[in-house]
Amino acid sequence: MTIEILMPALSPTMTEGNLAKWVKKEGDTVEAGDVIAEIETDKATMEVEAVDEGTIGKILIEEGTENVAVNTPIAILLEEGESADDIGAASSAPAPAQSAPAESVSVTMSTEVASQPSGANIENRDILYAQGHVIEPPVYDEAPFMASTKIMTVREALREGMSEEMRADNDIFMMGEEIAEYNGAYKVTQGMLDEFGDKRIIDTPITEHGFAGMGVGAAMNGLKPIVEFMTFNFAMQAIDHIINSAAKTLYMAGGQLGCPIVFRGPNGSASRVGAQHSQCYASWYAHVPGLKVVSPWSAADAKGLMKSAIRDPNPIVFLENELMYGQSFEVPTDDDYTIPLGRAKIEREGSDVTIVAFSIMVGRALEAAEKLAEQGIDAEVINLRTIRPLDRYTILESVKKTNRIVSCEEGWGFAGIGSEIAALIGEHAFDYLDAPLKRVCAADVPLPYAAGLEQLAVPQTDQIIHAAKEVCYVD
Amino acid sequence: MCVNNKEGKFLASTSKNKSASKKKPNLKAVSNSASNPTLEEMKKLYREMLLIRRFEEKAGQLYGMGLIGGFCHLYIGQEAVVTGINSVQETQDSVITTYRDHAHMLACGMEARGIMAELTGREGGYSRGKGGSMHMFSKEKLFFGGHGIVGASTSIGTGLGFSHKYREDNGVCIAYMGDGSANQGQVAECYNMAALWKLPVLYVIENNKYGMGTSTARHAAGQLYARGAGYGIPGEQVDGMDVFAVQAAARQALDYVRSGNGPYILEVMTYRYRGHSMSDPANYRTKDEVEERKGNDPIAKLKSMMADQDVSEDDIKSIDKEIKAIVKDSAEFSQESPELPPEELWTDVLVEVE
Repeated sequence: MTIEILMPALSPTMTEGNLAKWVKKEGDTVEAGDVIAEIETDKATMEVEAVDEGTIGKILIEEGTENVAVNTPIAILLEEGESADDIGAASSAPAPAQSAPAESVSVTMSTEVASQPSGANIENRDILYAQGHVIEPPVYDEAPFMASTKIMTVREALREGMSEEMRADNDIFMMGEEIAEYNGAYKVTQGMLDEFGDKRIIDTPITEHGFAGMGVGAAMNGLKPIVEFMTFNFAMQAIDHIINSAAKTLYMAGGQLGCPIVFRGPNGSASRVGAQHSQCYASWYAHVPGLKVVSPWSAADAKGLMKSAIRDPNPIVFLENELMYGQSFEVPTDDDYTIPLGRAKIEREGSDVTIVAFSIMVGRALEAAEKLAEQGIDAEVINLRTIRPLDRYTILESVKKTNRIVSCEEGWGFAGIGSEIAALIGEHAFDYLDAPLKRVCAADVPLPYAAGLEQLAVPQTDQIIHAAKEVCYVD
Repeated sequence: MCVNNKEGKFLASTSKNKSASKKKPNLKAVSNSASNPTLEEMKKLYREMLLIRRFEEKAGQLYGMGLIGGFCHLYIGQEAVVTGINSVQETQDSVITTYRDHAHMLACGMEARGIMAELTGREGGYSRGKGGSMHMFSKEKLFFGGHGIVGASTSIGTGLGFSHKYREDNGVCIAYMGDGSANQGQVAECYNMAALWKLPVLYVIENNKYGMGTSTARHAAGQLYARGAGYGIPGEQVDGMDVFAVQAAARQALDYVRSGNGPYILEVMTYRYRGHSMSDPANYRTKDEVEERKGNDPIAKLKSMMADQDVSEDDIKSIDKEIKAIVKDSAEFSQESPELPPEELWTDVLVEVE
């Protein structure tokens, strides 16, 4: 069997080229790797190397020929023991396109649910949403857990959640700046070095990019790292590993290899620390398929969500808030208490307006709701708990009841979480609305240092009240 | 205190290392001391290098036919590097590299079929067609990619080394990078942490003289093997066109790392005959330079060494034939395997939770 040498494509976009020069002539023997011809593309002149060994039996396309289509036979190679007589009626017409079948595959969105993952669980909820479905997450009843509680700060609850999981699973370890001997920059990890030792509670140098990547590597090999960023502002140095290395690996590996890791730390603004230390990253991470993004408000949220995040086999971005660390709440005493990721909580039921919030803004929303109640407006407050996958069902059901909605977040409005909620309402609850949605968010400026200006830039309770009254058409 | 001796070898002050481990590494100059390889050893290395070369040539051809898309970085010329190191690593060792990764997978024992089918984007590929040339993995063979972001694999590899130490499984992570990667900030960050915590990582810098189109003379100050100096990481430069030199250096380096001394840097001087990727005409270097390097070809050298040792031409031919058959089979498989059905677009984004 003689071998046809075809006009090669030398770049992802090349469809034709000029056969500039034959380096080998008919009758020349060639070995794999020998340069046989030169081809001109619109960008450069490239050499073509032989892949098989043999003798050039016939040249089909003369040098100097222009615009030779990719995959046109340009020469015939004779293998050992063959002669020119073996050359059949080789055609110099382009061979049938051998491109992959990709071109014929329809890229329209399938309404069929993928076989894996299947069903109405949260893992594929964003996928189903992209296909037009809003799925109700599994019902979660927290009430039995709340029967027995103790008072704890958010800081203590986070620590207890992590410690309980670490006691149960030796594959869990924690790394970050000042988490061990210093007991944590914000004392979240206080005492953990004493209990778990320096093999599992590891002080890192100030080197976020490197240790985030290290965490990913450890997770790929089956460990379960908790990577603390002193604040999420510093995770900007590591965001390549969070997105390119952690979030995309499962997909790029065709499902073979995942990355069970929790990236956690305070997010959003603290107090008077200036622009570089005061930013909400919820919408940045929520943008990325392959990540789950969690943001607790109360101490009960902190513990229950942290335990679920550590147990989850996917990469998690866990956004805490520095100003919340010292606040106290009732926390269930049951060791089995966890909160499923992907389910929002209605913190206060109401009938006149829905207020959606997460993290520190939940407290401000509840405060606003109390004041609104004094003015005769009955607000429903939703604590998102998980940003991605978003519990769209709970939001929509609430809006169908109240017909009005205000979204609250500490971050900037542009392409923020409120924008996503606005899109959700526009797509699925447009006909239920009695007023346009209002967003309460940070002023569109880098956060100022001056106390008065900072107060103006960070969204406050009064703005929520004002927005709620606006959508209720109350002065 | 550092010593930079004539062999281009950096020796960190050993006082710290001595106290850390009684097994002092032998850091004598590594010459082309083939330590008299057996004929079987020579044949094995020849076979492995040839598989890489023929596989890559076939990949180049399929690319030319439009069957492989996007970026495709070939390893032709560099075969002795991964072959030499792989020949002395142990089964519990993990491997990670950058985007020029086909050879590392073949060396790890991953199947040519699965790699080629990934290049054509088919279901039979290691990532079922979702990863492509730069993104393949094998949990079974402890091959952790295939990474497209220059420098990222070094941090992840350091984490793999961490996991070996955490698990006390006596494994070493062999973290490959290119001369281009060596300039990334995270590489320095990882040298620091790996040295600080004595992580079992062998950093292999495959110096093929060009970070894409920019030569080392234009992109790298100082010597790459010496960049661990400030962290107390020993480094060594080795001839990457000689598989036995690579093997000998890797054996010592792995021994040093496995003994609990912490990381080691091996800078392997190699050369890629082809462009950076398929669409690179490599105008930044002269034809003479390429031809000169090809004259020092690791496969041709081993072949003539085998001939000198009276390996018969038939023996060599039968290896060639066997390799040709494997590569041909992989190419056929990569075209016969179907593309994933459309609904698979949506799978593998998240692991399902029970």
